[in-house]
Amino acid sequence: MSAASPLLRLQDITHLYGGGKGRTLLALDGVSLEVGHGDFLSLLGPSGCGKSTLLRLIAGLETPSSGAIAWPDGKPVPGDIGFVFQEPTLMPWASVADNVRLPLRLTRRRAMPADIQAVLDLVGLRDFAGAYPRELSGGMKMRAALARALVTRPRLLLLDEPFAALDEITRFKLNEDLLRIWRERRCTVIFVTHSVFEAAFLSQRVAVMSPRPGRILAEEAIDLPALRVSELRTNAAYSAICRKLSDRLASGMGETP
Amino acid sequence: MRALLDRLAPLALGLIGLALWEGLTRHYAVPVYVLPGPLLIAQTLWQDGASLLGALWITLRITALALLAATLGGVLLAVVMAQSRLVERSLFPYAVIAQVTPVVAIAPLIIIWADNTTLALVICAWIVAFFPIVAATMTGLNAAEKNLRDLFRLYGAGRWQTLQLLRAPAALPYFLTGLRVSGGLSLVGAVVAEFVAGTGGAETGLAFRILESGYRLQIPRLFAALVLLAAAGIAIYVALDLLSRLLLRRWHDSALKDRG
Repeated sequence: MSAASPLLRLQDITHLYGGGKGRTLLALDGVSLEVGHGDFLSLLGPSGCGKSTLLRLIAGLETPSSGAIAWPDGKPVPGDIGFVFQEPTLMPWASVADNVRLPLRLTRRRAMPADIQAVLDLVGLRDFAGAYPRELSGGMKMRAALARALVTRPRLLLLDEPFAALDEITRFKLNEDLLRIWRERRCTVIFVTHSVFEAAFLSQRVAVMSPRPGRILAEEAIDLPALRVSELRTNAAYSAICRKLSDRLASGMGETP
Repeated sequence: MRALLDRLAPLALGLIGLALWEGLTRHYAVPVYVLPGPLLIAQTLWQDGASLLGALWITLRITALALLAATLGGVLLAVVMAQSRLVERSLFPYAVIAQVTPVVAIAPLIIIWADNTTLALVICAWIVAFFPIVAATMTGLNAAEKNLRDLFRLYGAGRWQTLQLLRAPAALPYFLTGLRVSGGLSLVGAVVAEFVAGTGGAETGLAFRILESGYRLQIPRLFAALVLLAAAGIAIYVALDLLSRLLLRRWHDSALKDRG
C-alpha cells in the first residue's frame, strides 16, 4: 500500500487459550502484519490455524496474550468495525430491517429509514426489509448480515469465512457483490478463508498461515485487474496465483508440493 | 380430512369413555356415593352451578393473583440472577428450597403468619407456581447465540441494551414455556392451599366445596366441582398457549404452522 501509515499494525501477536486444568493451547505465535487503508487482505489457512482468533483480536473481542495491535490513526470506536461471522447470526425475532438497524441503535446513531433502505439496496435485499430471517435463504441471510456490518459505514470490515456454508453459485455471486461493495464503500476488508480460489479472486493481498500454532508463512500481492468478474476464474494468471498460494499452504502443512 | 379426524378422534374417545362409564354404573348399580354416572354429575352441575361457579370464581381469583405474582417475581428474580454468576449462586439454592418443600407442610405456618386468608392462599399458590418461570426464564436469558453476544460487545452495548434487545427476546420462548407450566401449578397451588386452610364461611373456594361434599357424601357434587376445576385448568392452559403462539408466531419454530 502507500507509504503513509497503515490502518493497523499487528506486532508480534501471540495468543494462548486456556484449555482448563492448566493446559494451554497456543493459537497464534508471533504474528506481525500491516493492513493499509483500503486494502483487501485475505487470511488464508487450514482449519484451526487461528485465523478466526486473529480476526477476533483485531475486533477487540479478545485481548492478545502478548504483542500489540497499533492503530496509527486512533483506536476504533464502536461502529468503526463491521464483523460478519461464519453464520448469519441474525436475531430471529426481528425483521431484516430491524436486524440491520441494530448497530445504529447500539451505538446511538440516527437510523433513518432511507439509510437502512440504501444499505439493503447495496447488498441486493431491496424488497426484503420486512422479511424475517427464517423466511430467507442462506445466501440472503448472509446478505442481511453483510448489510448489518456495513450500516455504520465502518472503516474496517472483518469477514470470518462468511460464505463457507453456501453453495458454489451463491458464493461466486456474493464474492462479486462483495468486491463491488468494497469498491463503492472504499473500506478496508480483512477476509478469513480456507479457500485458495476465494482468496485469489477477492484479495489485493493474501497472508498465508500455517496450521496451529498460527504463523504468517507468506504474504502475496495478488496482481490481477482491479475489476474482477467471473471470467477471471478461467484466466491463466488467476490459475497461476492459485497454484502459488496452494504451494505456500502445502509447504506449511509439512508436505512437499 | 386428516385435520378433521385429528380433532374428532379425542372427542369420540371421550364420548365412548363417558358412555361406558354411564353404562357400567347403571349395569352394576354402583351406589352414587361411590361413583355417580356422568349424567347425574351433569345434572348436579346444572343444579348447583350457581353456587359452585361462585366458589370457582374465588379459586380462580387466588390462581390469577398467584400467577401474576409468580410471573412478576419469577421474571424479576431470573433477571437479577442472570446479571452475575455470584448472585445466581447465592439465590438459586433458596429458590430450589422453596420449590422442593411441600406446600402442604408450610401452608399452616403461612396461614398463621399472614393476617388475611386471601393473602395466605396467594402466597401458598405463589410458592408452588413461581419456580418454573424462574428456571425457564433464566435458561432463556442465557440462551442468546454466542456470536450475537459478541456482536453486541463489538458495538459497545451496555448491560441494559443487551438485556432489552438481546437477552429478553431470546428468553421469551423459554419464559412462555415456564408460564404455561406455572399457570397450571397456580391452580394446583390455590386448591392445595384452600384444602389446608379449610376455611368455612362466605368466601370459600372450590377446594373447600370438594372437602365439604366429601364429608357429606355428596359425591355427585364433588364430581361436579372436579369437572369445573379440570375445565378451569384446561382453560388456563389454552389461554396461555394461545398467548404464546400469538407472541411467537412471526419467528419461533414452536409457533409456526408449517413445522415438521
